[in-house]
Amino acid sequence: MQFGIFTVGDVTTDPTTGRTPTEHERIKATVAIAKKAEEVGLDVFATGEHHNPPFIASAPTTTLAYIGAQTERIILSTATTLITTTDPVLIAENYAKLQHLTDGRVDLMMGRGNTGPVYPWFGKDIRDGIALAVENYALLHRLWREDVVDWQGRFRTPLQGFTSTPRPLDGVPPFVWHGSIRSPEIAEQAAYYGDGFFHNNIFWPMSHTKQMVNLYRRRFEHYGHGPADTAIVGLGGQVFMRPNSQDAIREFRPYFDVAPVYGHGPSLEEFMEQTPLTVGSPQQVIDRYAAMRDHVGHYQRQLFLMDHAGLPLDVVLEQIEILGTEVVPVLRREMAIGRPEHIPDAPTHASLVAAAGGARDTTVHAEDDVTGRTAENAAAENAEAAR
Amino acid sequence: MTTSRRIAVVSAGLRQPSSTRLLADRLADAAGRQFTARDVDVDLRVVELREHAHDLTNHLLSGFPSTSLERAIEAVTTADGLIAVSPIFTASYSGLFKTFFDVVDADALDGMPVLLGATGGTERHSLALEHAMRPLFTYLHAIVVPTAVYAATSDWGAEGAGDGAGATAPTGLTRRIERGAREFAELVTGREPRQAADPFAVPTPFEQLLAEN
Repeated sequence: MQFGIFTVGDVTTDPTTGRTPTEHERIKATVAIAKKAEEVGLDVFATGEHHNPPFIASAPTTTLAYIGAQTERIILSTATTLITTTDPVLIAENYAKLQHLTDGRVDLMMGRGNTGPVYPWFGKDIRDGIALAVENYALLHRLWREDVVDWQGRFRTPLQGFTSTPRPLDGVPPFVWHGSIRSPEIAEQAAYYGDGFFHNNIFWPMSHTKQMVNLYRRRFEHYGHGPADTAIVGLGGQVFMRPNSQDAIREFRPYFDVAPVYGHGPSLEEFMEQTPLTVGSPQQVIDRYAAMRDHVGHYQRQLFLMDHAGLPLDVVLEQIEILGTEVVPVLRREMAIGRPEHIPDAPTHASLVAAAGGARDTTVHAEDDVTGRTAENAAAENAEAAR
Repeated sequence: MTTSRRIAVVSAGLRQPSSTRLLADRLADAAGRQFTARDVDVDLRVVELREHAHDLTNHLLSGFPSTSLERAIEAVTTADGLIAVSPIFTASYSGLFKTFFDVVDADALDGMPVLLGATGGTERHSLALEHAMRPLFTYLHAIVVPTAVYAATSDWGAEGAGDGAGATAPTGLTRRIERGAREFAELVTGREPRQAADPFAVPTPFEQLLAEN
């Protein structure tokens, strides 16, 4: 099972000091957070994508590539990639490039985005949200699997004889998760392709999460990808820890009370009861998250939101340290207990390459405009000449 | 053969006791008699919005309902008919009343018969039923019965149209209640019990989603 962190990249005032970080500080903090995640043994770092203040989460592949250059092992992912308003051709190119640069340490999570104005800013209509997610992903899926694509759809200019470059590393596209909180259509989409389904349940009651995951599992089996319990499921999480749970609550409450999204709403206690937010001792976090599989079955990926609500960087890094050293090692053991042999791990580049029967270079060599010769012609002639 | 229908009552009164709740109960009682006369059993669920006022605000902010609010919403969305009563504040239904219907799914009341009631200090506000409440439910594709019932403070002490000798003489208010209840019961019993569609049970097949593009 994979454990990691995800960030939405919000620039939020620390309510206890009144200080707001600059964009520059927050961007650099994101890198520090990702490096810390690798250092303490976490498996995944995922960044969100936003195109408006107060976020610094635009240009996600720039961030991920920079982090990729400074890390060795951690999987770089997104939470989420806006499949509705981003040109699928650019997604195909950017993430294939990232795959090559990081030697395959890449996967993605598709999301629709819920910031209304982003749609018109990118020439789209939010009322087409589901249709955009369906059509754009169908194109992206082909661009990574077919060398030459002829395509026509509703939302983008047609493509004739188009080759997305670079081709996916080793001939294997990045694994894709589909994230959705409320839309059964997206669970259906993930099931149809046999992709992963991520329920970002951090602001939602478990009863709802269970409903969405069950739908995805059932339809995954329906579409012939294997038994429902082998579908690839990920969940969100949110924690704040101190050795003494009362200290954790005392320290986190001022952040909770005014946090974006849920601030000024339910009390910390109500929110902890209804959502996966756990503020307390590391043991309380372990107990809460070890029980998640009782609700959704054995799952593959658990991501935690750690750097939100204006928490200062030093506290975030400290929290990630506690997560990586005290919580996740125990959760790994707990999650392995009673986990049947046939439950798969989340696909990685290595496992996808193995499943494809090994790595293959899928470079598409272009024809020379003038001579009509291709690199393959030249290679064959050279080989002939050498004999 | 006896049939049954699920009827939800939503009352947005703020005081306890509340004249809004009193009107809601009168409408529910009158409807109950109409259903009984038609040999229909009634499963009555009453939602007192005052009890959910904080949870409604939390729902607006957090995006999901508390457990008790979720039960209240379900009582309404799974009903075969709805009796909805609000006090009239500042020329319209109360903010609490609107907030509740703001957090109910926009298509959850599609095709549901609705009997409207409102209360206010004077008769001058009675048309708020027609220019504010009725359009709200029309937007939700509910089927609003023609008679909506307004009760001003004075209605609770009004004399009946009879000879003044008995307590049973119907007043203008009681006649409107009976008429609205009759129209409501006719609509509800004339329709099959509603089947709430569960998108999680039967999703739109993906081939269809692709084809719709």
